[in-house]
Amino acid sequence: MAEAHPVGFQWVMEAKLRGAKIIHVDPRFTRTSALAHTFVPLRAGTDIAFLGGIINYVLQNELDFREYVVAYTNAASIVSDEYTDPDELDGLFSGFDPETRTYSPESWQYAQQEHEGDTRQDMHEQRETSSAQQFGSHGASVSSALRDDTLQDPNCVYQILKRHFSRYTPEMVEQVCGVSPEAFREVCEAWTQNSGRERTTALCYSVGWTQHSVGAQYIRTAAILQLLLGNIGRTGGGIMALRGHASIQGSTDIPTLFDLLPGYLPMPSASKHPDFQTYVDSIRKPGAKGFWDNSKAYTVNLLKAYWGEKATAENDFCFDYMPKLTGDHGTYRTVLDMIDGKVKGYFLFGQNPAVGSAHGRAQRLGMANLDWLVVRDLVEIESASFWRNSPEIATGEIVPEECRTEVFLFPAASHVEKEGTFTQTQRMLQWREKALDPKGDCRSELWFLYHLGRLLRERLAGSARERDRPLLDLVWDYVPPEHQHEPWGEPSAEKVLMEINGYEIATGRPLSSFTEMKEDGSTLGGCWIYTGVFKDGVNQAARRKPASEQSWVAPEWGWAWPANRRTLYNRASADPDGKPWSERKAYVWWDEAAGEWTGHDVPDFEKTKPPSYRAPDGARGVAALAGDDAFIMNGDGKGALYVPQGLIDGPLPTHYEPVESPFRNALYAQQGNPTRKDYPRPDNPINPSFPDEAEQVAVFPYVFTTSRLTEHHTSGAMSRYLEYLSELQPEMFVEVSPALAQERGLEHMGWCHVITSRSAVEGRVLVTERLIPLRVEGRVVHQVWLPYHWGAGGMVTGDSANDLFGITLDPNVLIQESKVGTCDVRPGRRPTGPALREYIAGYLQRAGLDTGRRTPILTTGTAGSHTDGREADEGAQP
Amino acid sequence: MDLSKTFLSWPVLRQFSGNDPLGRGTAARSGQTERITARTETADRVARSVCPYCAVGCGQRVYVKDEKVVQIEGDPDSPISRGRLCPKGAASKNLVTGPMRESKVRYRRPFGTEWEDLDLETAMNMVADRVLKVRDETWQDEDESGNKVRRTMGIAGLGGATLDNEENYLIKKLWTAMGAVQIENQARI
Repeated sequence: MAEAHPVGFQWVMEAKLRGAKIIHVDPRFTRTSALAHTFVPLRAGTDIAFLGGIINYVLQNELDFREYVVAYTNAASIVSDEYTDPDELDGLFSGFDPETRTYSPESWQYAQQEHEGDTRQDMHEQRETSSAQQFGSHGASVSSALRDDTLQDPNCVYQILKRHFSRYTPEMVEQVCGVSPEAFREVCEAWTQNSGRERTTALCYSVGWTQHSVGAQYIRTAAILQLLLGNIGRTGGGIMALRGHASIQGSTDIPTLFDLLPGYLPMPSASKHPDFQTYVDSIRKPGAKGFWDNSKAYTVNLLKAYWGEKATAENDFCFDYMPKLTGDHGTYRTVLDMIDGKVKGYFLFGQNPAVGSAHGRAQRLGMANLDWLVVRDLVEIESASFWRNSPEIATGEIVPEECRTEVFLFPAASHVEKEGTFTQTQRMLQWREKALDPKGDCRSELWFLYHLGRLLRERLAGSARERDRPLLDLVWDYVPPEHQHEPWGEPSAEKVLMEINGYEIATGRPLSSFTEMKEDGSTLGGCWIYTGVFKDGVNQAARRKPASEQSWVAPEWGWAWPANRRTLYNRASADPDGKPWSERKAYVWWDEAAGEWTGHDVPDFEKTKPPSYRAPDGARGVAALAGDDAFIMNGDGKGALYVPQGLIDGPLPTHYEPVESPFRNALYAQQGNPTRKDYPRPDNPINPSFPDEAEQVAVFPYVFTTSRLTEHHTSGAMSRYLEYLSELQPEMFVEVSPALAQERGLEHMGWCHVITSRSAVEGRVLVTERLIPLRVEGRVVHQVWLPYHWGAGGMVTGDSANDLFGITLDPNVLIQESKVGTCDVRPGRRPTGPALREYIAGYLQRAGLDTGRRTPILTTGTAGSHTDGREADEGAQP
Repeated sequence: MDLSKTFLSWPVLRQFSGNDPLGRGTAARSGQTERITARTETADRVARSVCPYCAVGCGQRVYVKDEKVVQIEGDPDSPISRGRLCPKGAASKNLVTGPMRESKVRYRRPFGTEWEDLDLETAMNMVADRVLKVRDETWQDEDESGNKVRRTMGIAGLGGATLDNEENYLIKKLWTAMGAVQIENQARI
């Protein structure tokens, strides 16, 4: 956090000054570790085992915050007795289909839920369309379950959790993660002693956590632990995702993602959503509680924002105008389709996949096989110049005279040359004023997209083709009156933000809350969760009341969605009766005299619904939420310790080894995530792991991971082209421990190169004790660390660490595993020119990958029982 | 007589005669420092902005003089950042004014070996023509099972994490209307 989010880290330091204990868990000692009280190094890719161990410590010692857990989580809910844990199935949950490598989740459901229609979902399609990402935002559409508030029923979630995590002992944590029992115990004690009525503990992660084949389950493990300890919805608690780009939260809320529409509404699927009604019903399960019950209003308002007066109740608000999904259309699928010649045109909006995405070579070969590429950026990034300076020019794989891709590089306006909002990592929108006009041909994306849309519409004017109706009927009028006489005038960002916020169509009155959205088409709004950013007609995101002139929550600086709430689910900061858990931690509470919720923040609850409220029989949606259902977006109103629906790879997190690992899974015979998304193609080789032959696994004996430097930003497009930052960190380097340097003959400040089955990258050697060899499963493992900021362009150039990764994705959200892999490290520079590919071919051959053979994904059948597998392993491993 | 040129201006005297006995403030200030003015004071105007790098969202003040950005400072009013910026945020004036920024459209024709110049309006029209051409050539009304899909799989987009919400909103709206589903983001990466 001190490295990648230094200014955010000042608050950790502030907490430290006030007595907080800071623990840093990371494969490598960083600037964060230097300022923490305790640094715990662990093996990359083993975080579920580590956190699972802490959950086991909490459950075995009954250290959970019991009143919170019973009232606000689904701990008491009874699960179907058909559910079987990976404990009994050697690493698989019940319902696994080896043919498709997916689960049918019927046995995961709550006990009283019969096998209703939509629990029998096609998990294969869900994986393809990343549907868990949509679920993740709108909660499982389950309804309330049978309960045992004593938590003793063997099928209640609490007992299932207790059994599931019982394997995650301190000894297992030591074996898997390489963390000593003493260090582990210190973390367990600090975390549990600092949680409860009087105290809370915050967990901060950076989004490298999501870049694993089990990424979504990493976050789930954190959620279970924080819910058990009562650290969600309370001040000083929480799970803080430290995201890495100025508006990456905003670009998820108002997505440029294939599977989502604004406000986490799903993109319609060709097979599942033949019509509007089916679509709406698939989001709000009939009978479920919570605010997703209003999804029809959210959808109608979006469609009205898109197609205006053409969208009517009679034509289902033009629902048919939307293109439909038929599977995986994620960025990695698209890149492979480029290589295969299926994609013709590609736009890059401030994004540099040639350096920033996994498997850089595939990215560049894909771009070299397009009809045309449009790049919009501040500088000539590597994704614009791949045809003249990519590593594939040197290897002869791309020949400029033979590369047919037509490239347009449009210079973009910078953040000070346009106005608009960023949404930062805690969901806060901040409006930026424009300082000055951009120079020359530099233009905002708003300008580019508006005028591209205008040109498309002008060309199609008069078309009678059905396919052109969505473009021709589109509401596309963002240029303010004062610029309308200019043919290429700048559109108004404020006008777009007003459409996003929404308004009453007849009067133009801006909506102040999404609860004002109507289902009848009389209001419109482009992103329901952002409704309120124009509350009372005022651009709330532009508010700049100085911190010194308002409360510590600072509600009058910018605007946070939803409804300017700064802490989500803050109903849980009060006890079931609505009283603060303690004076020290008072945040939001029920004011009996006034008959309303009040406190330091906007209550995340209906303002006048008393804690004692119980829904009448037959109630649904918001009305069905009881006065103590703090998790108002979930179908049962409870925080999910166990997830009966919505995750592809199981209702509970389970430790699987990374896709590339030198070790056997010590917990189960199943080695890696059995449901992971794999692209088995010769241009996407994956390094061997169990159950491959030991000598093949040993070709890539080390574990490597990557992360950021303070002085650089992602692919370097915004840092390597700048004088000051280039001077501060001028060169690609590789960090190794003194022990590994000795083992491989690496010299400090000399050259080395790192090799995987995809490529080899070189850098200067930095021999440092920041990397500590760990003892895992009885032997020493060396970890190698690289920054991933370099490429062929800019003021300082170097090899790209992302060239080392292959493409394997988390099945829930289709994010690649790019924070852990196996590699070899050798002294000296890598081969150049065609010799580089020959060098890699030699590795492929020694690793047994030259024949196109791939490591089996399912390993339960091959290893027999867990114990047998372990014994066999000792002889088999290098 | 110019007193500033006499021994009376010596820092050590000012230190003991003035209100800066420790000699860490005005007493130690040189004549040259007295004569210069911060760019932030002589700027024509200031815009309230936000750092474009990571997602912490630090406040920035952007100082403009003669239609040039002359300084970018942390905004002390921000409850997030309290005026601080990290090395990247502090270098963001360099991001805006740096010598490697492009200000002209660059064009590389198929099989070309050099960049060429292209007029902005021409380039926009060429892109619009290409979008419609690919869209027509790759249009699908139905999938293999006969479900309606009304889309093109020939056009893709990637980006958005450093763009404004308003810009992303237009990307998604335009992509959806033209039937392009392949739009992706750093959030997937």
